Amino acid sequence: MSKTLTETTTWFLACKTSDVAENLGACVKYKDDQIAIFNFSRRGEWYATQNLCPHRMQMALSRGMIGSTLDNEPKVACPFHKKTFSLVDGHCITDEHECRLKTYPVKVEGDDVFIGISQDDINMDAYGF
Amino acid sequence: MKIVIIGNGMVGYKFCEKLVAKMNRTHVNSITVFGEEIRPAYDRVHLSEFFAGKTADDLTMAPKEWYAENNITLHLGDPIQNIDRENKTVHSYHGITIQYDYLIIATGSAAFVPSIPGVEKKGVFIYRTIEDLEMMTDHAKKAKTGAVIGGGLLGLEAAKAMIDLGVTDTHVIEFAQRLMPRQIDDAGSDILQAKLEDLGLKIHTNKNTLEILGGDTISGMLFSDETHINVDMLVISAGIKPRDELAKLSGLETGQRGGIVVNDHMQTNDPFIFAIGECALYKGMIYGLVAPGYEMADVVATKLTGGEKAFTGYDMSTKLKLIGVDVASFGDPFISSDDTKSIVFQDAVKGIYKRINVSQDGKYLLGGILVGDAEEYNMLLQTTKNKVILPPHPEDVILGSRGGSEGADTGAGVLSLPEAAVICSCEGITKGNICEQVIDGAETVDAIKKCTKAGTGCGGCVPMIKDLVLNTLKSQGKYIRNVICEHFNYSRQEIFDLVRIKKLKTYDAVIDEIGKGDGCEVCKPAVASILASLWNDMVLNKGLDTAQDSNDRYLANIQKGGTYSVVPRVAGGEITPDALILIGQVAKKYGLYTKITGGQRIDMFGAHVSDLPDIWQELIEGGMESGHAYGKSLRTVKSCVGSTWCRFGLHDSVSFAVQIENRYKGLRAPHKIKSGVSGCVRECAEAQTKDFGLIATEKGWNLFVCGNGGSKPQHAVLLASDIDEETVIKYIDRFLMFYIRTADPLTRTATWLNKMDGGINYLKNVIINDSLGICEELEQDMQRFLATYTCEWKEVVENPELRKRFTHFVNAPKEKDPTVKFETVRGQKNAADWK
Repeated sequence: MSKTLTETTTWFLACKTSDVAENLGACVKYKDDQIAIFNFSRRGEWYATQNLCPHRMQMALSRGMIGSTLDNEPKVACPFHKKTFSLVDGHCITDEHECRLKTYPVKVEGDDVFIGISQDDINMDAYGF
Repeated sequence: MKIVIIGNGMVGYKFCEKLVAKMNRTHVNSITVFGEEIRPAYDRVHLSEFFAGKTADDLTMAPKEWYAENNITLHLGDPIQNIDRENKTVHSYHGITIQYDYLIIATGSAAFVPSIPGVEKKGVFIYRTIEDLEMMTDHAKKAKTGAVIGGGLLGLEAAKAMIDLGVTDTHVIEFAQRLMPRQIDDAGSDILQAKLEDLGLKIHTNKNTLEILGGDTISGMLFSDETHINVDMLVISAGIKPRDELAKLSGLETGQRGGIVVNDHMQTNDPFIFAIGECALYKGMIYGLVAPGYEMADVVATKLTGGEKAFTGYDMSTKLKLIGVDVASFGDPFISSDDTKSIVFQDAVKGIYKRINVSQDGKYLLGGILVGDAEEYNMLLQTTKNKVILPPHPEDVILGSRGGSEGADTGAGVLSLPEAAVICSCEGITKGNICEQVIDGAETVDAIKKCTKAGTGCGGCVPMIKDLVLNTLKSQGKYIRNVICEHFNYSRQEIFDLVRIKKLKTYDAVIDEIGKGDGCEVCKPAVASILASLWNDMVLNKGLDTAQDSNDRYLANIQKGGTYSVVPRVAGGEITPDALILIGQVAKKYGLYTKITGGQRIDMFGAHVSDLPDIWQELIEGGMESGHAYGKSLRTVKSCVGSTWCRFGLHDSVSFAVQIENRYKGLRAPHKIKSGVSGCVRECAEAQTKDFGLIATEKGWNLFVCGNGGSKPQHAVLLASDIDEETVIKYIDRFLMFYIRTADPLTRTATWLNKMDGGINYLKNVIINDSLGICEELEQDMQRFLATYTCEWKEVVENPELRKRFTHFVNAPKEKDPTVKFETVRGQKNAADWK
């Protein structure tokens, strides 16, 4: 995955590190799309997923509580019905039949937080939400 | 082998089910069923639910497809006309002739109709089939007054059916001197009668119907005591008579008063013909309940598939709910001789009657009767059946431990039952079966339900299963802890105490010190609530914000579509015209939908997250504040108008409600807290449905606690009566703080009390008598909270850093979420429905 990433990923400046409170999420506007970004400072990690919860199609994941599973996998719980999703690969932890979230790579340079959009994602934009 | 079954009722169907489960297909090559009714077997026991909205399909035991799938040929609406025993064939009404190797008669019973002149009139019904019900439904549309002949089990069911049909003026006519003469005694019947009369039934016992009056249609009934009543409709439910006419015709032996004579294997005097269910006469007895019918079906199915099983009679113990009243009898309910003693508990106020019959030495339970409260039925039945030795004070088994004193164990617990004791009588699962499964890894009630089906029928045994699971786990040396989630190896109460002792102030401090991992959506809000209850720091402060559930994090309630609703505090439901105008202006300006809530305040829906601080600012400038509708905290104190305006009001309930709401506003707790204050016993504020509620009395206030509306309504319980306002406040301070300290997460006060050992007596002791010696501490905790209250909305409005967070897009703070969609309903906007 990382190989293709470096080849086709476009990084866009999402926000400053101080824009997202510690151990919380925020929503980033990218073109007509919404991306949830999480400042998991407790782990020293940043994550990004689609903001849309696939369960009831709500733009809400950025407002969800983050945490970890027993296996230490970082996760986010949708505020609406508490379906939880892996922040690493986007799969739904509480319901195996639920759709997987799209996840995005995040990099921090100085105070700047970038989200990586792959060529595939850009192509996908044509379909919109 | 060819098997033919005559009759497709509950027992006939059960036989098919058991046969299919046990048989070997190469052995049985054809199964044919003939039924008289036009639909496949349905649940006749729950027939009255037909009126409560169940359809014929809901009551069906198994659809026609089930028979086809199991290669059973089903002929419905086609009764068998005769049996040719010599050639072993049966002939049906529609002309089918078919050979059998074994014939099963499961023709059941018909209603017994006494020969009263006038029974043929229109408006006179029996209560047996779905068709009967359909005819009753038609007739009931024009009927105002109804009657049922028969005050037994079926008669009372029929009376309920009449009420459900809208014939609210209904008489029950019983020939014997009491209701349910086969199940309960005179005293039990009196209690039952009083309860049923409360529900509007008119009960007549010792009443013999002489004649049914009227022209073509019934208009009244004349009794042997020369009284009469006017009725538009009558249901006769005076007993059953076995359907043995076909058996008689075929020369099978039948009893004098009906019933096909069978032996231990349910075999008739023709060894190739069996009879099961209500048409069978075993040792001079007809078993008019479904459970023994199923047992008979099992005996024959076992026999025909090469097994060995005999019918040895059946315990006629029964428990049912009649029009909402529990009635049960078990073992020998009436026994009374020199060798036995009876213990009777009677509460005419609550309508409870309990009788147990015990052996002379007080060691064994022989039988009993329960009316009004049959919760202990299953336990008592097993205690009787298994000859479990009773506790030293046998009355404990019906009265429970009294006065909250410790050590007064309810005695014969599930642990004292032998392995063979049947715990789930619907599925025939024994204690041994359940314990084995627990040892094999089914360590929850749900797991037990899944692997044994125990507890999936009537559900009455679930508490016993729970006890068995817990105790088996304990005996396995497994430590059962009530932990809040995988991140903490502690209960909420333990975490509360640890956080307090260690003076932990942030979520990370708590999880680092006493938990593991990074937390989750279960422990975060629980810990956030504990921190708020203990220290009352602003919930959006650094280190606390991460642990707040979404509503607390935005100090508003998230709604469909991702917008929020805003509820300003309206203490006691008292609001000035200016405040009403302000709310109206704010709602108009920000395009909000408004609705009056159940808690006497106004909710404004559809606010974009970025508008929230502006909305709050305007409300605050107009003198309003947060209503904490988003928090697990005090919501509202509802009040009636009280003595200020109402001519019945004893005290000023509004002023007291305002005082109380302002005292406890913002207090975070394991769950939301609601309250109410009523100015007199008419209780217009519904204080008895609240977590704590007050009702004015001549001498002061009655304080009720632990009530609940919602999905499991529960009346509040009286904690103290005729107390003054100062004492009320003192007790509520203690009560709330004790609840906050000890309840599990998301547990309302009602459930908290239900789970409390010793119940309300224990709680009274803690709150009023200070039995734990913690009251001073509880009051100090409350004082600390009161001293630190702030309006959370105000803090956000005044704090630019916090205010900045109320945006949808972090990189486009001025833009609102473009995906939010509204619809217009009755001139206001609503959230667009989600997918």
